[in-house]
Amino acid sequence: MTEAPRNFRWIGQSLKRPEDARLLAGRGRFVDDVKLPRMAHAAVLASPHAHARILSIDTSRAAALPGVLVVVTGAEFAATVGAMPTLSNPPVVQHAIAIDRVRHVGEPVAAVVATSRYIAEDALALIEVEYEPLPAVVDPEAAIEATGDALLHPERGSNVAHHSDHTWGPVDAAFASAERVVRRRFRWPRVSPQPIETSGAVVDYDAAERRFTVHSNMSQQSVIGARLARALGVEPHQMNFLISDVGGSFGGKSSLYHVPLIAAGLARLAGRPVKYVEDRLEHMANGNQHASDRVYDAALALDADGRFTALSLKVIDDYGAYFMMNTGSHGNALAQATGPYRIPALHYEVTCVVTNKTQQAPYRGFGGEVGNFVLERLVDAAARETGRDPVALRRQNFIGRDEFPYRIPNGNIYDSGDYARVLDRALAQLDGPAWRARKEAARKAGKRIGVGLATVNERSVLSVTELWFLDKDPAFPQSSSPESVHIRINPDGAALVTLFAPHWGNSPETMAKQLVAEYLGIDPARIVVGYGSTDQGLISKGPVGSRYTVMLAGAIAGATRELAVKMKRLAAHRLGGDPEALELRDERVFLRDDPARGLSFAEIGRAAHSFRLSFPNDEAFRSGLSAQYTYDHLYTTMPSADRSDLGVFYPIVGHACHIAVVEIDEATHQTRVIHYVAVHDAGTIVNPRLVDGQIRGGIAQGIGTALYEKYHYDEDGQLLTGSLADYAVPTSHEVPDIVVDHVETPSPFTEFGIKGCGEGGRLAAMPAIAAAIDDAFADEELFVDELPVTPSALHGMRAASVR
Amino acid sequence: MTPVAIELTINGEATAATVEPRLLLSDFLRDTLGLTGTHVGCEHGVCGACTVLVDGRTARACLMFAVQADGAKVETVEGLMALNGDLSPLQEAFRDHHGLQCGFCTAGMLMTATELLRTAPTADRAAIREAISGNLCRCTGYETIVDAIVQAAPAFLEAAPAFEARETPR
Repeated sequence: MTEAPRNFRWIGQSLKRPEDARLLAGRGRFVDDVKLPRMAHAAVLASPHAHARILSIDTSRAAALPGVLVVVTGAEFAATVGAMPTLSNPPVVQHAIAIDRVRHVGEPVAAVVATSRYIAEDALALIEVEYEPLPAVVDPEAAIEATGDALLHPERGSNVAHHSDHTWGPVDAAFASAERVVRRRFRWPRVSPQPIETSGAVVDYDAAERRFTVHSNMSQQSVIGARLARALGVEPHQMNFLISDVGGSFGGKSSLYHVPLIAAGLARLAGRPVKYVEDRLEHMANGNQHASDRVYDAALALDADGRFTALSLKVIDDYGAYFMMNTGSHGNALAQATGPYRIPALHYEVTCVVTNKTQQAPYRGFGGEVGNFVLERLVDAAARETGRDPVALRRQNFIGRDEFPYRIPNGNIYDSGDYARVLDRALAQLDGPAWRARKEAARKAGKRIGVGLATVNERSVLSVTELWFLDKDPAFPQSSSPESVHIRINPDGAALVTLFAPHWGNSPETMAKQLVAEYLGIDPARIVVGYGSTDQGLISKGPVGSRYTVMLAGAIAGATRELAVKMKRLAAHRLGGDPEALELRDERVFLRDDPARGLSFAEIGRAAHSFRLSFPNDEAFRSGLSAQYTYDHLYTTMPSADRSDLGVFYPIVGHACHIAVVEIDEATHQTRVIHYVAVHDAGTIVNPRLVDGQIRGGIAQGIGTALYEKYHYDEDGQLLTGSLADYAVPTSHEVPDIVVDHVETPSPFTEFGIKGCGEGGRLAAMPAIAAAIDDAFADEELFVDELPVTPSALHGMRAASVR
Repeated sequence: MTPVAIELTINGEATAATVEPRLLLSDFLRDTLGLTGTHVGCEHGVCGACTVLVDGRTARACLMFAVQADGAKVETVEGLMALNGDLSPLQEAFRDHHGLQCGFCTAGMLMTATELLRTAPTADRAAIREAISGNLCRCTGYETIVDAIVQAAPAFLEAAPAFEARETPR
């Protein structure tokens, strides 16, 4: 349900998705559906060791197998393909296929190209590798002190990839004068996006033209493509990246390097198109897509009145074996480190370590969800320690609706919000007395019911400065994160819109239709949306950091503005008079004062395409009716040199209040989420049904993180959860029906007041569920400080809390 | 390995092929026949993305060899839409309720729902949740998929006798 309608024709409508027909018909265009003439198939040999020197590799038997075209070791591959892209500086060097040393189970050591994937896998079994095992580094805290053979990258001299310590505002004074300091230690689990489609690429190399054509399910082709070209030793214009449908990303595929690189390198060696699609085990063990894996020592200072005065976060983050995303997920967490609360001082110390696991990539929240969890847990702990009501304590510390734009201690800006209203609306959705009654009844039946609440922010519209501003000497202090669109009006008046980022489960075609329809006054049914390759393309940062709809709206605003100017110019010549006296609506350009006089878009389209000589001999009337527009981040500033001010980098900030109700079996300690309320403020909503879908999906993933999912590595660095039977993604049994509601506080900075909302469900669910579990065992003073809360984990927590 | 000749019906069309005994049904459909609507998510029978109907019953195409489908009637997602592009009531319901986001699990969901509604067109939400619990979706949170199947059920109730006649439950 949305609020009172404004004066929009298409914004706010739950338009059905143009993406759906092909997907429902089984005619999607996913990367594994690509089949090219003479296409061969790649498979990679995975390291069985977490950490080892490669002493020798014998590929002769594999190469002799009929059907095998190419067999390469890492060293042989590296003769033609350089190191993988990374944002770290000095770079933590990673090769798509390992050379000399493997640093995690699953890391590729050799690759085979054969006429079928079956034969390629047969050949893998014939490759003999001799390893010298090295000590496995599994525990992130132990990794810090490790020396000698336990160093993953000996040339760096330490397993600490990054350490920095930042203070914004009067932290020491606030802690020194605090009435109470609430301290807790938290352990956040290693999870991953786990899209149902793994990563894949099909690459054709044309040796005559010296050009690669890349089909893949990556994103940011226009940005990352140049980095992959460099690794392949070619110029960016020698690679054309096509855009596929993507079977889910949730951030992980936004930084996909190794898969297209392996396929491209092998295609050039084989002289044939090569398909490389990960199987599920490869995706889990070598996907380069694990997410934040953190230990927090956190403290919140309160004054005598219960006001929050300072927050201190000391974080150790286990990045796995490499460091391609640098400190981006901490930059991200800093965008809203103080949450929806007035907290004038912030301390953030971060230690990023490398261990023998596959490395991190973004996952819905990109570290911000961890920060939200820790802060919300601290607030609940503070309420308990000071004898305050957790809802009242939150309300008391909320930034007020009149305080926006609000600057948080590190310099980021929150644009707008009305947190109390979101909270009120969420509380109104929950029948508190009924749940209290059910709680009593359940207790008699051996069940515990608990209700928990979280109030969190959702920073949206990412700017890239977060990827490097924690570094003293960043490798690439980029400051552009634009989005582009191309729009053409056809001779029949229909609009063709070209996007430069993939559909990966968001709804870019629907968004483009609704936005173009709104700006131009054209029926969405007369708008066709397609995707441009990098050859045709314009720069696009794509759908990361809950930015795509806001950025696309900016780009479409720019392009349609140019189109409208030209259409009015052409129409004014035909109709006589001033272009400024014209308006666009219902696929017509007409005189504002005499609406009957006008031209249809089709008439203008035909004129622009075919009747040049009907217009003056002036450049302004040249043929064609198309516009392209590249829209820059709407509000971003550079950090100061000493980082005492990080600048504005994530200013469009939504808000959410989630209430989870859990039921726990006292005997088995199995926790089920049985009821759920989510109220979000994502500014002006373009398509309510789709926003609700993003929220529900994010909550489902949040339930997974809170209760079920975790990559378990044993002490030798062996991955124990390498299948979907062991890594438990929520099924339809684990995700309840969810009450979703909205408040709309339009952003003052964006087109139509839209805010991003792609990550919000997963930014809020975990602390709400943790609080609900606490509540179920309030009599035992249980406090959830580690996820996931599996039955055995809960059993352990209860035993600890009773002691 | 000596190739084996098989004959089967796929979406009503008689199909003959000679295949390696180890060729998975999923690869046979996708690679040999070009029916790429059936997706492969995990290749170990957990995610359900590759679900097809074999003689009216759901089967994981990644856990079956093509030779095991010899003589069978196989139905895939490609058989649901009419030739003129009209979506079936079940497909329409998924679109109406936003029962898909990325669309990768969708074929398996549709085939699982087809089996359910042919055999139990009056299934309630709990029964629907039970039926789709072997199909993982990472995008939607399932609720809108359940909504879609609820909406589509009456269309199957009307069609139920015809399906009964050709079903032979094992």
